[in-house]
Amino acid sequence: MSVKIGVLSDFAFRALKANKLRSILTMLGIIIGVAAVILMMSIGQGAQQQVMSRINRLGTNTLTIFPGTAGQFVRSGSVNTLTLDDVEAVRQLPGVQAAAPTVRSGQLVTCGNKTWTTSITGTTPEIADISSLTLERGRFFGQAEVSGAATVAVIGQTVYTNLYTPGTNPVGTEIRIGGEAYRVIGLLQTVGASSGGSDQDDVVYIPVTTAQLRLLGITDKSINMMQVQVAGQDQMESVQQAITYLLRKRHRLNDNQEDDFTIRNMAQLQSEAQNITGILTLFLAGVAAISLIVGGIGVMNIMLVSVTERTREIGVRMALGASRQDILNQFLLEAVLLSLSGSFIGIVVGIAGSKIFSSFSGWSTVISFFSVFIAVAFALMVGIFFGYYPARQAARLKPAEALNYE
Amino acid sequence: MEAAANRPPLVYCQGLTKVYPLSGVEVHALRGVDLRVERGEMVAIMGPSGSGKSTLMHIIGCMDTQTSGSYLLDGVDVSNVPEKELAAIRNKKLGFVFQRYNLLPRATALYNVELPLFYAGITGSAAEEKARAALEQVGILHLADHLPNQMSGGQQQRVAIARAMVNDPLLILADEPTGALDTVSSAEVMGIFQKMHEERGVTVIIITHEPHIAEFCRRRVILRDGRIVGDKTFEYSNPVA
Ligand SMILES: Nc1ncnc2c1ncn2[C@@H]1O[C@H](COP(=O)(O)OP(=O)(O)OP(=O)(O)O)[C@@H](O)[C@H]1O
Ligand SMILES: [Mg+2]
Repeated sequence: MSVKIGVLSDFAFRALKANKLRSILTMLGIIIGVAAVILMMSIGQGAQQQVMSRINRLGTNTLTIFPGTAGQFVRSGSVNTLTLDDVEAVRQLPGVQAAAPTVRSGQLVTCGNKTWTTSITGTTPEIADISSLTLERGRFFGQAEVSGAATVAVIGQTVYTNLYTPGTNPVGTEIRIGGEAYRVIGLLQTVGASSGGSDQDDVVYIPVTTAQLRLLGITDKSINMMQVQVAGQDQMESVQQAITYLLRKRHRLNDNQEDDFTIRNMAQLQSEAQNITGILTLFLAGVAAISLIVGGIGVMNIMLVSVTERTREIGVRMALGASRQDILNQFLLEAVLLSLSGSFIGIVVGIAGSKIFSSFSGWSTVISFFSVFIAVAFALMVGIFFGYYPARQAARLKPAEALNYE
Repeated sequence: MEAAANRPPLVYCQGLTKVYPLSGVEVHALRGVDLRVERGEMVAIMGPSGSGKSTLMHIIGCMDTQTSGSYLLDGVDVSNVPEKELAAIRNKKLGFVFQRYNLLPRATALYNVELPLFYAGITGSAAEEKARAALEQVGILHLADHLPNQMSGGQQQRVAIARAMVNDPLLILADEPTGALDTVSSAEVMGIFQKMHEERGVTVIIITHEPHIAEFCRRRVILRDGRIVGDKTFEYSNPVA
């Protein structure tokens, strides 16, 4: 004669309703735990996704070469071991799809009566492919404009919004950089939301020769950075070796001299970034797990107190004909109902919290099925264990013992 | 005598002892109790505090087990019955009434009376009908929707009696059912026990230490220090005024 599930759920519902405060407090522990896990993991995974998408935009088959030995602090002009001729030479190597130089200079840009300070990048047309730049209007400058050191510029969205009234077409207009007039020939598309780091739309591209000549006064063709696109992922290693060999030869380094340049492999950077953001996610999940455990202990406390209170009731129910199994089933059902509804509210609160966080901080957050699953699975385990365990202790008593329990 | 051989006594205890191990010291609550109660009897068990009355009732009610000796309920040695079947026996054959009523505090009188039916697998309108009938028998059908804290002690004890009777048990066990009641309510409650006993033929065992309550029962058993020291059956019991 075991009591049917419908009757048991009625018992469970009545018990939860009869002890509203206890039920709410128990649920609160679960809600906070679940919401914390979902929120924390959404922040961690959001950061991970954003960092990865940034790195991916650069392309995983990209090599970046800086002048100076590894670890040497590189500042514009301080090390001039990398030149435009190096870029030209690297471009000829087999397996190299594209190579572009970069020189950088912070400058005040004016357009009419508006001014904006930004980073000017001198480069060659290849950069558009390597950095996956797309134009909203106009065009990128060509090889001829590089050769002729033309005063033309391609601007990013942030620069546009700061220098132009919305809706106006910047292409064909003139801006002044470092006091000299440049013709705007292209407007880039928005690259995406910025996070923590630099705004990728806050850029102006001009021909590398123009930048060297007019902005930086460089006469030795030296550059700040070279970006190389390799034909295939599987050629990264060999191309990197070929570049090292070529540059050492060009720079006339003998065997006991260190490289006077540094090659950064995007695939390496990617896996490093993945590691770092993975650690961040793990750390956040750990913080959340602690809150879930604390919530669970709260649940256990309340359940323990309530079972002590309800041991008499258990005795009465046994006297009236409840078997141990009936008692256990009822308490289990109560725990499941509490944990499930708590988890559900927790999911809603967690998702809402993550959306609110993202809209306030500008960070993107990612809610994954996995984090919701983990949170709910853990909450159910905690809720059911702590709900069931004390009831199990009480149901072990003989009816007479339970009835006389003080 | 022929009939008695066919039908075992409802309660049959022999050499019943109960020892509680209490922090090293053993408490001998029962020291060898022989008791035989036939179907249809109404028995009062009396004795001073600590004499073992509740202990004996718990064993008879299958809510506790003896340390030694034997106990047969309706011919069945319940010490060998699995827990689940014991629960069914408590549900179907026994009805309990306690000094402190022990109603579910946040449930109506009706729901409290329905509770044993739920454990018997009877639900819905069938349960409600039976529960209402039981409440009517104890004269408080009009309080069906009241919560325990909206009723007097005497009314709550009537709900408890209805709850004990709702599954048509063979035996009602009441542990000081009037212990928390005034004289008038006590007499009313005892009257209900008498009515149940006479009209429905249920066997009743009532524990009390008040002699005037015991006078409602024809048979009066006296317990002292875990032993039965008196067992008399009188020609008449005190009728309800
Ligand atoms: N769970 C227990 N653990 C230890 N000792 C117990 C326990 N229950 C009862 N006792 C002891 O057993 C003896 C008999 O107790 P019991 O409750 O049967 O007495 P009683 O006759 O019902 O008394 P009262 O009239 O006060 O209810 C007492 O000495 C009591 O202290
Ligand atoms: Mg007692």
